Amino acid sequence: MSAAGPEIERLIQLLSRLPGLGPRSARRAALQMLQKRDTVMRPLAEALAEAADKIKACSTCGNLDVADPCAVCSDYRRDDKIICVVETVGDLWALERAGAFKGRYHVLGGVLSALDGVGPEDLNLASLIERARSDEVREVILALNATVDGQTTAHFISDKLANLSVDITTLARGVPVGGELDYLDDGTLSAAFRSRRPA
Amino acid sequence: MIDETANANLKSAPGVTRLKLTGFRNYAALDLTLDPRPVALFGSNGAGKTNLVEAVSFLGPGRGVRAAGADAVRRRTAEGHDPIWAVYAEAMTVEGPVSLATGSDPAEPSRRKTRLDGAATTQTALARLFPMLWLTPREDRLWAGPRSDRMRFFDRLVLAGAPDHGSEASGYEKAQRERQRLLDKQYEGARVDPDWLNALEAEMAARGVALAAARVDALARLQSEIDARPDTAFPKADLELEGLLEARLAAGEAAGVVEDDFILTLQDARRRDGAAGRSLTGPHRTELSARHREKDQLAADCSTGEQKALVLGLALAQASAIARVRGAAPVLILDEACAHLDVARREGLAQGLLDLGAQAWLTGVEAGLFEAFGEGVQRVRVEDGVATRLDDQG
Repeated sequence: MSAAGPEIERLIQLLSRLPGLGPRSARRAALQMLQKRDTVMRPLAEALAEAADKIKACSTCGNLDVADPCAVCSDYRRDDKIICVVETVGDLWALERAGAFKGRYHVLGGVLSALDGVGPEDLNLASLIERARSDEVREVILALNATVDGQTTAHFISDKLANLSVDITTLARGVPVGGELDYLDDGTLSAAFRSRRPA
Repeated sequence: MIDETANANLKSAPGVTRLKLTGFRNYAALDLTLDPRPVALFGSNGAGKTNLVEAVSFLGPGRGVRAAGADAVRRRTAEGHDPIWAVYAEAMTVEGPVSLATGSDPAEPSRRKTRLDGAATTQTALARLFPMLWLTPREDRLWAGPRSDRMRFFDRLVLAGAPDHGSEASGYEKAQRERQRLLDKQYEGARVDPDWLNALEAEMAARGVALAAARVDALARLQSEIDARPDTAFPKADLELEGLLEARLAAGEAAGVVEDDFILTLQDARRRDGAAGRSLTGPHRTELSARHREKDQLAADCSTGEQKALVLGLALAQASAIARVRGAAPVLILDEACAHLDVARREGLAQGLLDLGAQAWLTGVEAGLFEAFGEGVQRVRVEDGVATRLDDQG
């Protein structure tokens, strides 16, 4: 039997559905908010409401932003010739944090998985093919996870783009920055050998 | 008699130095301090010997000696089940001392969580740090039993020497299941994008060839280890892998060519695999066969005792091949291994294990089964979920 009323229980139940939060941490988060109603809870509620109202998926690339096209798509300094394909907006953010890529993005919104019921029609693919068809685009980078589903999706997309005049590339796999060879697993080491390049 | 100098290289081999169990099978709580020597567990039937070695097997990659799920190992009590269970160990690994722990995830008790020095870890990392081989009474019928059991056993031998083998195998299986789902749909009349099938078959081929290459490589090393070994109490085996990809890789064909051909084979087999409801070609259909060299007889036709001796011989040879390549022998779990061995073979097993310098976990109904080890073994009495170390001179 819970000591909290139905309102608090509902709050905890909703919070516990977030990634990284279990029932226990949701309980702690709810308690913390209730104790700091003015400094945490109300500003959070307002921010949530505002985000829910204003943020939408970019109709060009699938990124999340208040504007459509999003800030990345409308930034004239970025290179229109390269499109980097990622699985989720989280991956796009990770690449933006690294600051290594100055082209355009395309968020698939998932990867192919027959067992999870995700097929080509569930992914943001038609618009990718449309974008890659544009004369400006020279290269499509497939920045997908090195999992079975990620790699299957990468194969699939390269087949779909094969008859267009764009280069299709994938991210290199191998020795991590600051990594010691002695500590790498065999698979990573052989991948590093396969993708070796002139020094 | 036992050669004591064999103990000189014991320090570097992976092994458990402390084992703590909470709510695991018939153990409410256990805290056992150990040294690097082999561990002999003895006690009557149902006392909890296999449960204890199962806990040790949970420290390596995979689902342990009984292939049990996280829910199955919770301790049964009068009121039902203990809510959580845990196996914690302090262990020496190929990269130095670590703490290893596995147990039910409090947020989702049917899931198992594994930790290395307190942080989440992967199956590949466990396979690299804490290589492990096991034999259970189930392997007594290995040669006469189903093909899949033999390959599972052989893949475990491969994994102990090649930590990536597990992730390649599960990747292959995943791609295979995905492809089959699409073929099933197609067979039922749905339209499936052929490029999707192409992509899955390319992934199956890449992982399948890596899987087969690791097997071919491991078999070659294992066979040359067997050939080079002096004659021991265990018979020598001549091994052969019969598989589409393995045969071509063993013949020296380039992996890239074999991979491309396998893609074509899979493409050709779509209709047939769709109708069959499973894929009929590939490294998941590979067969391992063995011949008793001295008797020139198929392993399946040998006596029960000889079959068991052949399996034990393989495990020992593989452990020694791994020790040669990686500098340290894997942890060996030999559940009821001494039960059907004559005195000469029991002595041969003891000498083999001591020469290896491996921490082997042996079980048996009575302490007398481990006499051949002399002082080379630590004896643990197991009684109704309580384990007591008898000799504390570690």
